[in-house]
Amino acid sequence: MKRVYADLHLCANVNDLSHVKRLANRALTLGYGFVAISFPPGYAEQLVTPTKEICREVGVELVPRVDLKPHTPDELLRDLRKLRRKFEVVAVVCQAKTVARQAAKDRRVDLLNFPQPDYRRVFFDWATAELASNSLASLEIDVKPLLILEGTPRIRLLSILQREVQIARDSHVPIVVSSGVSEELLMRKPSELASLASLINMDGIFAMDAVSKNPVTIIKRNREKLSWRFVAPGIRVVRRGKDC
Amino acid sequence: MDTVWKSISKLYGEHGASTVNLNLISFNDEEKSAILRVGHTSLELLKTALASITKVGDKSAAVHVLRVSGTIKALHRKL
Repeated sequence: MKRVYADLHLCANVNDLSHVKRLANRALTLGYGFVAISFPPGYAEQLVTPTKEICREVGVELVPRVDLKPHTPDELLRDLRKLRRKFEVVAVVCQAKTVARQAAKDRRVDLLNFPQPDYRRVFFDWATAELASNSLASLEIDVKPLLILEGTPRIRLLSILQREVQIARDSHVPIVVSSGVSEELLMRKPSELASLASLINMDGIFAMDAVSKNPVTIIKRNREKLSWRFVAPGIRVVRRGKDC
Repeated sequence: MDTVWKSISKLYGEHGASTVNLNLISFNDEEKSAILRVGHTSLELLKTALASITKVGDKSAAVHVLRVSGTIKALHRKL
């Protein structure tokens, strides 16, 4: 069966629809079926509909995504209560260890993202991996820092990412490889993202799954959950009416 | 080719670059496309190096792999 590819992290300027269109066109050319664009939490409704229209015109499916950057676990829970049903993908940028732990065990979180400047302080450790393996969270790895860093900082980053990938593999936590870029020239084909993932010990099918199977599974699961038919896992509305 | 070699040696070092056995077969200036020859054992290494190129000279650029083939004849047929 032919793979469908998804880039779950495009940082488009959602106030500039021409920028969104350029990125969507590029994504289509590169072979993506789904692109997730980060929206600011407060403006979801106004911005998502026109962006969706643009992407539909171009021929790629938009997946609205929100990046939560809480400082405390309580703040994370508050944000999740408020925003989970408004976005198809929820990513948590883990700026503190306590936030990472809370995000890893919460079934409403789809992606755990560890920001590049903090990778030495906060990273995907065994305890977080253990919690994530029992929930639905995946580890997200952005390729952008691998492209823009050079020399020692890139060596350090590669070392940290190799360790995180090993922990995720051993704990059976799915990995999603995304671009995380805002410029067209930094976008790469899915196979090229998989090739770059080989630098962090993700090879062959494992790397291809990180750009196709794993992100598409998240999208499908969340679309089903957000549909009106969904009641609970395994229970869905088949028909409504007086004769049911 | 300088950019490609630089990218390979940045990622894999000079020793890694020496094992690639890379050759430029042709370059089309109009289409900005090139055919590179590389041993099949070094193909993944070359793909990674090409994907990591963000600049050619001072200009921002991206390099994409269009096709991979065992022979140049088959490659021309596919393109």
